[in-house]
Amino acid sequence: MNEIMRTILWLPEQASTFAKAVDELHYFVITVTMLSSVAVGLLAFGFFFKYRQLRPRQSTPIVIPSVKFELAVVVVPLAFFLAWFVQGYRDYVWYTTPPKDTMDVYVMGKKWMWKFAYPDGPNAVGTLHVPAHRPVRLLLTSRDVIHSFFVPDFRIKMDVLPGRYTETWFEATKPGRYQILCAEYCGTWHSQMWGEVVVMPPAEFDSWMLQQRAGAGLTDRVDTATDDGPSFHGTLVEYGKRVAMAQGCLKCHSLDGDPHIGPTWLDLYRRTETLETGETVLADEAYLTDSMIDPRAKIVKGFKPVMPTYRGKLAAPDAAALVEFIKSLRSQNLDNLPSKEAIYEPARR
Amino acid sequence: MSQHADSSALAPAEARVYQEINYLNADRGVMSWLKTLDHKRIGIMYFASVLATFLLGGIFAMIVRFELTTPEPTLISANTYNRMFTLHGMVMVFLFMIPAIPGVFGNFVLPLMLGAKDVAFPRLNLLSLYVYWTGAALVLWGVINGGADTGWTFYVPYSTTTPMTLFPVLFGVFIIGFSSILTGLNFIVTVHTLRAPGITWMKMPLFVWAIYATSIIQVLATPVIGLTTLLVGIEKVGGFGLFDPGRGGDPVLMQHLFWFYSHPAVYIMVLPAMGVMSEIIAAYARKNIFGYKMIAYSSLGIAFVGFFAWGHHMFVSGQSAFDDGAFAVISMLVGVFTAIKVFNWVGTLYRGAIYVSGPFIYACGFLFFIVFGGMTGIAVATVSLDVHWHDTYFVVAHFHFIMVGAVIMAFLAAIHYWFPKMFGRMYHEGWSMVAATFIVLGFNATFIPQFLLGNAGMPRRYYMYPERFTALNVASTAGSTLLAFGFIIILIYLIWALKHGEIAGPNPWNSKGYEWRTSSPPIKENFEHTLDYPEEPHMYQEPGEEVEHVVI
Repeated sequence: MNEIMRTILWLPEQASTFAKAVDELHYFVITVTMLSSVAVGLLAFGFFFKYRQLRPRQSTPIVIPSVKFELAVVVVPLAFFLAWFVQGYRDYVWYTTPPKDTMDVYVMGKKWMWKFAYPDGPNAVGTLHVPAHRPVRLLLTSRDVIHSFFVPDFRIKMDVLPGRYTETWFEATKPGRYQILCAEYCGTWHSQMWGEVVVMPPAEFDSWMLQQRAGAGLTDRVDTATDDGPSFHGTLVEYGKRVAMAQGCLKCHSLDGDPHIGPTWLDLYRRTETLETGETVLADEAYLTDSMIDPRAKIVKGFKPVMPTYRGKLAAPDAAALVEFIKSLRSQNLDNLPSKEAIYEPARR
Repeated sequence: MSQHADSSALAPAEARVYQEINYLNADRGVMSWLKTLDHKRIGIMYFASVLATFLLGGIFAMIVRFELTTPEPTLISANTYNRMFTLHGMVMVFLFMIPAIPGVFGNFVLPLMLGAKDVAFPRLNLLSLYVYWTGAALVLWGVINGGADTGWTFYVPYSTTTPMTLFPVLFGVFIIGFSSILTGLNFIVTVHTLRAPGITWMKMPLFVWAIYATSIIQVLATPVIGLTTLLVGIEKVGGFGLFDPGRGGDPVLMQHLFWFYSHPAVYIMVLPAMGVMSEIIAAYARKNIFGYKMIAYSSLGIAFVGFFAWGHHMFVSGQSAFDDGAFAVISMLVGVFTAIKVFNWVGTLYRGAIYVSGPFIYACGFLFFIVFGGMTGIAVATVSLDVHWHDTYFVVAHFHFIMVGAVIMAFLAAIHYWFPKMFGRMYHEGWSMVAATFIVLGFNATFIPQFLLGNAGMPRRYYMYPERFTALNVASTAGSTLLAFGFIIILIYLIWALKHGEIAGPNPWNSKGYEWRTSSPPIKENFEHTLDYPEEPHMYQEPGEEVEHVVI
């Protein structure tokens, strides 16, 4: 049944856990839509045969609806609509709430290509490798105009905005290659802003990732955002550390848990911070990037609003790398802390 | 009963008499048209203008369709294509669809339906036409001279960073907004103050109710699109950073502003169409309106609820999931109001005496399209389904079902219904049915494949596309030629009928709509003297016959 409906409706393959849920509701909604519109059209047509005009100036009876009839035309459609809403919204909330143990990938859209960066390894242009049967979370941002990340086979889509991270997630169910399309109009080659998700069996993916980290892959450079900037070999976390030092973040933020001019970065990720206003905020990716761009919007209690804005100073991948660096700072992996001695950072350009 | 008051100075309805001295020839010369304050002449000038813009928008649409017959570049370059679909959208929405039914038929028949000599502010009415022409000229000058490649939605930061000079186009849209506001204001005051004695609110023709509801939206919502285009314009020219995230601005804010107008704008387009259908279904079925109050109030309901549904255009923009849910539920209420109307229209046909002509075929098509288009609207408001459909051809097909399937069907039906009143002559009814059949079938053939394209995942505004979408694109283009062919037939027989058509007489359809109670074409002052309005419009009980009352 599923396959018949999918073929009739020209739907693409169902290659994610979300796709199947969406399609089932789709069949229900579209079937009712088709039946009722055809029924109304046929009823009008049938009335024309039954009640066609026999002579000009023919009299007709005065027909008025009863309260019962009018109630029915309100209640019946509303019942269907709300039932669809309830099911659809449940699926949607599930779709907008990524599970805790996701594998994260940073996605950057720019005219007219997709770039992907893995926190602990390689990056790539155009091709996103992911394991099957593992939830993957995408953190998306744009370098120029608004794009929209669309994988028809997964039934997912998320706008990609400049100056802000949005997120989406999926769990691929079948190894294979699936097309990525840009769905938000972005100029001349909008229609060619394609990419590919390569879904691999989990074991194969793990060995691929090891290979990539070992530098055997073709695309092991971390892209440093400015196309003419220096290239960097290593993981996004290491790159983030360099950005933190280059930008002077560590003058105010400690990495060992001691509060300094700003809050410490150790265990900051997903910590609940109390703000000056008394509200609390969860230090997730969105909060961390917001705080780089607009630091005075949400000041943590006990600290002074002294941090300058990094708007325009941090390219999107730099911000992503910083977030990844902060995420790596957990007290249980204290040995991974960066060494305290100065690291020579060559001047850019 | 029908004869007792309405036609004392006019020929009886059966007599097919052409009113020799009428509004068309009472004054002569180009200046008499350009300086006229007569609502009927202003309506005719709107008619000529929107037909020109419809032709223009249609040509752009056909270029887009032919470009899409192959997955590779076919006729034009990518940049030209982007300008073509932008032009198609802008011309069709701002220059054609918004002024079409209110500007032409609102102006022409609304005062006739109220037994009034004109609208409340005739000078303002003429001004609204000039403002429309100014805005339209500026938009067209802008697109020829610099071009716009942003889509009709002007999303930032694309629109503020494109190298094209967008300002004249934005300013043109801003100016057209004023025309829309003036027209709306005029109709609101007219309905409140110029109803002839005897026409109470609950006796107003439903077309008047629909135009009234539309006018409220025009007055309340249009300032917001003015604001939006102006902000985008000064952002583009001055670079103030209003929507630039690099300087603390927010691109999504612009989307909120844009849709706060542009979603109600859908109802500016579709409510008048619904009003036309209420008139036509009653007139051709010779039946009293079934559920008059429900239809009237549901127009106001749509106008009200329509203001709070805009966020359903932004389900994947990063808006919060709570907002998404709230906007989804509100959007569904629009569907309920529409359903009320649909059931009442079908109820009006029940036990009628249906006369089949072109307009009735459009009405049947309209009923199918409004249900299918409306319910696919509910489908895209179901948030989880929208994630896949958003910004694909499914959405394109959905809103074309409403805007072409419902609005153009109603516009064509209105032309065919009121043409004898406007010009005093009949067109060939056989040809009108042939053309209507072409159009209804051609429309389905054009847009049903686009629903499937959306299901298959083809995003909108695509110049090239993956090869798997080819078959459906070719089918859609083939359908669009059928549609275009239908329009050409109509154009030919209507132009022919202007001069050579049979004399129609005051009321060729034997309609009991109020607007038919004057000569065709009407005299300059509309009525020889004030008429009585003893009963509601569209009561088809002939004197001497027993009146049967039925409640279902």
